[in-house]
Amino acid sequence: MTWLEANRSYVLDMLLQHVQIAVPAVLISIVAAVALGRLAWRWRRVGAVVLGATSLLYSVPALPLLIVIPVVLSIPLRSDLNLIIALALYGTALLAGTALDAFRSVDPRVREAAEALGHSRAGIWWKVDLPLSFPVLLSGIRVITVSTVSLVTIGALVGIQSLGNLLTDGFQRGIHAEIVTGIVLTILVAVVLDVLLVLVGALVTPWRRRTPRARSRRRADDTAAVSA
Amino acid sequence: MGIEFRGVSKTYADGTVAVTDFSCTVPSHSTLALVGSSGSGKTTLMRMVNRMVDPSAGTVLIDERDVRELDKVALRRSIGYVPQAGGLLPHRRVVDNVATVPVLTGTSRRTARADALDLLARVGLDPALGRRFPSQLSGGQQQRVAVARALAADPHILLMDEPFGAVDPIVRRDLQDQLAELQAELGKTIVLVTHDIDEAFRLGDQVVILRTGGVVAQTGTPQQILAEPADDFVRDFVGADRAERRLTTTEVDGRRIVVDGDGRPVGVLA
Repeated sequence: MTWLEANRSYVLDMLLQHVQIAVPAVLISIVAAVALGRLAWRWRRVGAVVLGATSLLYSVPALPLLIVIPVVLSIPLRSDLNLIIALALYGTALLAGTALDAFRSVDPRVREAAEALGHSRAGIWWKVDLPLSFPVLLSGIRVITVSTVSLVTIGALVGIQSLGNLLTDGFQRGIHAEIVTGIVLTILVAVVLDVLLVLVGALVTPWRRRTPRARSRRRADDTAAVSA
Repeated sequence: MGIEFRGVSKTYADGTVAVTDFSCTVPSHSTLALVGSSGSGKTTLMRMVNRMVDPSAGTVLIDERDVRELDKVALRRSIGYVPQAGGLLPHRRVVDNVATVPVLTGTSRRTARADALDLLARVGLDPALGRRFPSQLSGGQQQRVAVARALAADPHILLMDEPFGAVDPIVRRDLQDQLAELQAELGKTIVLVTHDIDEAFRLGDQVVILRTGGVVAQTGTPQQILAEPADDFVRDFVGADRAERRLTTTEVDGRRIVVDGDGRPVGVLA
């Protein structure tokens, strides 16, 4: 506890850094994965190839990736951007398949009815496909959020600051309190983000909050309609 | 005026022939029932009207205009569409489902919602149900909502794709009665697709019976088809030989009783 009190502003700095890397990485992953998933949904053959290649990305070890990215893109090794891009690649690799599943989960009858009513192509995407695929997509987003938050710590190995620094520093200097703080805060960030995602998910998908009462009510309505 | 199918055919990319050289005119304010088993091309024909399918040959005209000259999206918004069960937008409340097309065409959400509540009442639903999501309604209620949604933009034409196919027979009967009542009042031009010959006879002014591949077996009013089935296929399809269709009269205590082929009394001759 005394270590934490003495290093409060340092820990807070690292915490903030951690979030500033994890959140953009997740956001980029979502956009890229949705685009790839959509592509794969629209053009099956091309999609299968692209998705296969994307998921292979996940097997590239993190450290070499952190060295290759700066070379290819000519950005500094020790930059947040380097880590954000690496994590976004992993996130995309994990999420793209789920995005495809998400689009496949939309009932084709609903999509077709929406088209027949006169939704434009863009209208179907924004008003039908995206909201209806969101629940499945969200389950994937939760997975990559948690995994990204924990992967951010790897940056400390090449000198990109995050809660990972508490781990490397703590190990080198034998400060157990620092290691524990690093682990606990990393988990805490992951949990807080996950809870936020669940809340946002519930908020934007009100049609999925079906009470058990609604089911029994439905039966009652049918009987009432018949007798009426 | 109305809808005209002029020599339309449809062959899909995989070689399946859905419709073969079909011609038919649906006068304004009348109902055409397309009936046949699956694979008879009845849904394909209906979908040509709002260009969900474009024919491989021939033309479909609405009020003498080739639908292919019209913008797809605008055309669809101008035509009411009742899908099969499960075609409501599950993520929109009932009232917003009904208001879909008016909102798409630029009516303010508030006005569209207010109109939607009135429409719910017209199709026999409590407007209070407007706040629910489709999954919170029974199958019959959902199809009533679908009918209300199709009427929302006050279209001249209604396309109905097996609208009551998935509800139980008693509710179906109820929905058919309600539709007949609405139609008597509104006088839309309706193309109804069904595999249920009784539904076709109840609702169609004109009935087209289709065989596999979209070949017309017979066209006519329900009376004509029942009285003179063109061939064995039609006779079989309409069940002209079914016991409950063969009615005879007998006299009991001076009143003429109508009896079906099994000898069961079904009514009194007025």
